[in-house]
Amino acid sequence: MSEAKNDGTIAITVEFSGGLEMLFSNERKLSLTIPGKDENGAKTNIAFLVRHLCNTVMKDPRKELFVLDDTVRPGILVLINDADWELEGEDKYEIEEGDNILFVSTLHGG
Amino acid sequence: MGPETVINSLRQQITSCESQLQDLKRQLAEAEYQSQQQRSNLQSEQSEHCAPYPLAYDFSHGVHDDFRAEILAALSQPEESIPSPKRWPLDPNEYKRYGRQLIMPEIGLQGQLRLKGASVLIVGVGGLGCPAAAYLVGAGVGTVGLVDGDTVEESNLHRQILHSAARVNMPKVESAMIALHSLNPNVDMVPHHGRLTPETAVSTFQPYDLVLDCTDTPASRYLVSDTCVLLGKPLVSASALRTDGQLMVLNYPPRPPGDTAGGPCYRCVFPKPPPPESVVSCGDGGILGPVVGTMGVLQALETIKILTRGPSALSDGLASPDPPSLLIFSAYANPMFRTIRLRTRKPKCAVCSTHATITPEVLNSGSLDYVQFCGTINPIDVLSSNERISAENYAKIRLDVNPFTGLEPSKDSHILLDVREKVQFEICSLEGSVNIPFSTISSTPADDCKGTATETGLESGWVSELRQHTDKPIFVVCRLGNDSQITVKKMKELGLDNGGQRWIGDIRGGLRAWRHNVDRDFPDY
Repeated sequence: MSEAKNDGTIAITVEFSGGLEMLFSNERKLSLTIPGKDENGAKTNIAFLVRHLCNTVMKDPRKELFVLDDTVRPGILVLINDADWELEGEDKYEIEEGDNILFVSTLHGG
Repeated sequence: MGPETVINSLRQQITSCESQLQDLKRQLAEAEYQSQQQRSNLQSEQSEHCAPYPLAYDFSHGVHDDFRAEILAALSQPEESIPSPKRWPLDPNEYKRYGRQLIMPEIGLQGQLRLKGASVLIVGVGGLGCPAAAYLVGAGVGTVGLVDGDTVEESNLHRQILHSAARVNMPKVESAMIALHSLNPNVDMVPHHGRLTPETAVSTFQPYDLVLDCTDTPASRYLVSDTCVLLGKPLVSASALRTDGQLMVLNYPPRPPGDTAGGPCYRCVFPKPPPPESVVSCGDGGILGPVVGTMGVLQALETIKILTRGPSALSDGLASPDPPSLLIFSAYANPMFRTIRLRTRKPKCAVCSTHATITPEVLNSGSLDYVQFCGTINPIDVLSSNERISAENYAKIRLDVNPFTGLEPSKDSHILLDVREKVQFEICSLEGSVNIPFSTISSTPADDCKGTATETGLESGWVSELRQHTDKPIFVVCRLGNDSQITVKKMKELGLDNGGQRWIGDIRGGLRAWRHNVDRDFPDY
């Protein structure tokens, strides 16, 4: 993937599934432009993206349904370009231009 | 229930019993025929073995041997035209019944024999379990066990395709057995009545080759997965809610705990259970029949794929085909299906790693409390008794003088706020009620410094609307009486009660209580 743009931002796609879209104004797919560096000047990682989504994008006040103890709550899978984030370094994965990040809430009904 | 419904229900039950009886008679005839066949085969074998050396006993029976052989051959002709079980590995009817899948290279004779020799346990005979069982029984899996502790309800019928109107209130396991038996009497069905518990899980799962998780709570999903890991059984797991479904094949290959070549288990993927308030059931969130049906059918498909790969793939898993993955189905997204690569076994998994703390002994002892592990939601009780009113007393307000304002009953004497989602409000509502969905209310930020939002004009529409009628008491109602309490609390936080000058409270027990105690005709959905 290409480097961050000249203005230091990166364009990514964020998707929600399994009911999480309800916390994000029923949007299943968002095209976002996020800063390429975090507060401390380090490359933007998933942990930063989760904070960014929570503080800037999410209008619903029920933050606890998305984040718990500064990370994504149990029962949500984070998938980076269609692979479990555990395969990619979890929240330390450094986001690249064009990445697709999918948040899936597990379902239990049957 | 009207007399006509009773008559119809009885008619249906009679039809169902009659078809069952017919089926049993046919099975009996088949069984009798087969045992007769076996006897005659045995006899002919014996007579062959005892047959004297032809030349030595040429005239022993007064008839020339050649002649005798001809007569015997003619007499035994009808029997010989029916192939003996030894000659053909499947029963005659099985070639016909399974012919369409038998001719596929993916199945073939070997695959069909593997299905016939396999035993599968289906945990949960609901929206997933019904279609899964139908296809597995249809395909000729030799033994199918069914676990469920529930009885059939009318609200199950739109998706739980094995049950029927005539079998409402019957245990689901029993109802499913009737349907499955009439579909394919060749399959051995084993009923396991009652909910799966940690104490019974190991002994229930032991005799089966593979398990399907068709349950509906996180607690049962952890229990099913743990048991499969401990016993070395592959697990085909699926779930569904609203328009979405998920499917995973877990613990496949089913290597022993600590063997990293084994497939991940449910705990590897979800080490911690979700907070109980984030768990939504089909009863609360809704479910579309074909969505959960799709997932159940896919479970049957994955099961057939694994079983026909053969026993070597089951036990040593050397032929392990696909890397662990999660299939996500979203009926209203485009594309509808997508596959995600999952992690492998977690090195510190509590059940399938070398650090495992969950063992068969621990499970059997019953010391693991899965329900507690997953947590429970306490019934909501956040209001004081003077902030609540019973459905009967609210009915009096609608008909009698209002005890709070002294006004004659009129629609305008108060505000009745229904906080169910719009789609539910449109199904049925009380006359004169206003709808503000709970999702709108809960997504409204709580106002920290009261009034500032009003002044800046940034306040949500519904809040400023309710602020306009400061004199009217507000009665909040929902489906069951939980969301209404939270709404009352939030409205007071937003200052809508004018510092206690305006009464705001909820109707205890919601519209369910209204139907129970006031208006029996109010729709029950």
